[in-house]
Amino acid sequence: MPNWTYHTIDENDVLNLRALIGEEQRMLWKEQISEDYSHDELGGTSSWPELVIKPVSANEVSAVMKYAYEHSIPVTARGSGTGLVGSCVPMEHGIILDLSLMNNILELDEENLTLTVEPGVLLMDLTAFVEDHDLFYPPDPGEKSATIGGNISTNAGGMRAVKYGVTRDFVRGLEVVLPNGDIVEFGGKVVKNSSGYDLKDLIIGSEGTLGIVTKAILKLLPLPKKTISLLIPFPSLEKAIQTVPKIIKSKAIPTAIEFMQKEVIEDAEEYLGKAFPDHQSEAYLLLKFDGNSQDEIERAYAKVADLCLEEGALDVLISDTAERDESIWKARGAFLEAIKGSTTYMDEVDMVVPRSYVNDMVEYLHSIQREVGLRIKSFGHAGDGNLHAYMLKDNLSDEEWEKRLNKAMDLIYAKARELNGQVSGEHGIGYAKKMYLKESLAKDNIDLMNGIKQVFDAKNILNPHKIAQL
Amino acid sequence: MNILVCIKQVPESNKVEVDPVTGVIKRDGAASKMNPYDLYALETAFRIQEKMGGVVDVISMGPPQAQEVIREAFAMGADHGILVSDRSFGGADVLATSYTLSQGIKSSGNYDLILCGKQTIDGDTAQVGAEIAEWLQIPSVNNVLEIKEVHDDSITISMDLPQEVEVAKISLPCLLSVDQDIFMPRLPSYVKKKATKDREIKVLSLKDMEDTDASHYGLNGSPTQVQRIFPPTSSKEKEMWDGSSAVLADQLFHKIEELKFV
Repeated sequence: MPNWTYHTIDENDVLNLRALIGEEQRMLWKEQISEDYSHDELGGTSSWPELVIKPVSANEVSAVMKYAYEHSIPVTARGSGTGLVGSCVPMEHGIILDLSLMNNILELDEENLTLTVEPGVLLMDLTAFVEDHDLFYPPDPGEKSATIGGNISTNAGGMRAVKYGVTRDFVRGLEVVLPNGDIVEFGGKVVKNSSGYDLKDLIIGSEGTLGIVTKAILKLLPLPKKTISLLIPFPSLEKAIQTVPKIIKSKAIPTAIEFMQKEVIEDAEEYLGKAFPDHQSEAYLLLKFDGNSQDEIERAYAKVADLCLEEGALDVLISDTAERDESIWKARGAFLEAIKGSTTYMDEVDMVVPRSYVNDMVEYLHSIQREVGLRIKSFGHAGDGNLHAYMLKDNLSDEEWEKRLNKAMDLIYAKARELNGQVSGEHGIGYAKKMYLKESLAKDNIDLMNGIKQVFDAKNILNPHKIAQL
Repeated sequence: MNILVCIKQVPESNKVEVDPVTGVIKRDGAASKMNPYDLYALETAFRIQEKMGGVVDVISMGPPQAQEVIREAFAMGADHGILVSDRSFGGADVLATSYTLSQGIKSSGNYDLILCGKQTIDGDTAQVGAEIAEWLQIPSVNNVLEIKEVHDDSITISMDLPQEVEVAKISLPCLLSVDQDIFMPRLPSYVKKKATKDREIKVLSLKDMEDTDASHYGLNGSPTQVQRIFPPTSSKEKEMWDGSSAVLADQLFHKIEELKFV
């Protein structure tokens, strides 16, 4: 890999860029930059930008990129900073483009069932807006204060992936600013598209390394009129997880199949200051069904409920109102924060394995705790094979933590490879996981990724040192 | 200890449509659910039952489809259900509703403890519980925050009063209206739902009451009438003020005065 050289931003650059941006308060330099911009939500990767610019239009993004391109200044895009692998951390300093002010919903096209948005729109605002119009944007990552631009850049998944798929499945078109400042459009409102390589799909999941998304056309569905969740207590985690492949095999299609353990639920209760509606068992499956009437959904879930009882479930609890859903799903949504609150520091793995191996992986995570000397908590999307495991630092010294964490990571990713899994299901690779990506993919795959990067960004100014750049 | 919980079927959505002519809430066709506050009363009953034994029964007043919320209570663990239902009970105000329920309770047996939610989310009066207790001539407490002790002949609770929390010991039988969050309500069980799907619900009509005079029930027995129900207006207009705290306080006071809040 070549040694890239970058220009360090000086006062002259700041003046020139200020002329492009106009409003002074949308540029932060040196001591004006808050510490937040040096890391993402997990904080393991840290590096400060020299300059933060908050553009309000694609033209401004383009003007900044043109300048950065001419002067070889590295540029890193950032949304809400809720990532977990350091994707938005500027490893070579330079400029952070904070896109959070580009947060307008531009158009709801009810004839084509599309929504056109700027990248800084928050997921929670987006879903509230479409649901007010009886429409539905299914991707449902736990972090609702993430931006849609961030969701696109990591191809975020979330809890409805079992039935509906992930962010990629709901992006029809993108407006992208290329590293040289050119503004291009990939895809569009069309439902089908066989017109050459799908460049839009290259941008999705590229974590800001190929271009900067300045507009997205999203696909919507009619809003299902009713949802019912089932909270299913099992006598053990093993029993719970072993039932998942059988549910999938039964051909019933819940929108979500999540698993959760008592310990994590208790952390969430403490974090939220609110009791969970059930405490009878060690492990639960949480299923969600949607449809257009209570009867239709009841018919769909009865089969799954009976199946779970045959497999040893202690009961099947029904959540059929907004209040009941909140008591369960609010806890589920708070798991990450709750676990974070239960320890001094943590790191995570977000691997995905074929669904039939979920059980093996969960059992493995549980079994290595003693061997590596770390508490490991896990919960996740049992229905799509995407497991989140959190290694907790607790009272370990930094040195000991690093040692044990690395050992745990090595073991877990090795197991994931053995089970034909992948390094990341939805959080991305960023900076923190690129070693594991290298180990899990063939050299050809890594070379192709870097080749694509070279075509888009020959000067390597967009978010360097990420994904396949080792 | 035998406990009776008063439950009501309410519209599922809070976007309730009101008939512009009669001012009555349109219930036909709208999806419905158990009044969320009643779930807290029901959970309180189960917790006391776990300690003291006895039965937890539920009573509801409404049209035949209100049996759905009684079935839901069965799925949560209730033992018996009573539906007070008769055409002549329709259109009842708070007084007639509490009278009808008290008549229904008298015809249903002897209960040591009657539990209600703090209010319903459709009528929102929070008065029916206390009025039932008046008709039954038993003590009652509203805004119950906590059950402290339960004995065969008394119950000790804490109640939320405007300025303080008061702890009181009440002799049984009595009626308590419990506050939200006293306990997290359990979820209905699919297993119990299947097991109770054919359980009989006792339906009480006018002829089953001690007082069978129709003029005491429904619209005829209601001294108050709803003139109009309308959604409150809401405004998203914002004003931003800058200034020292003394100036801002002055400005705020004049604004409140101007808006006739003081």
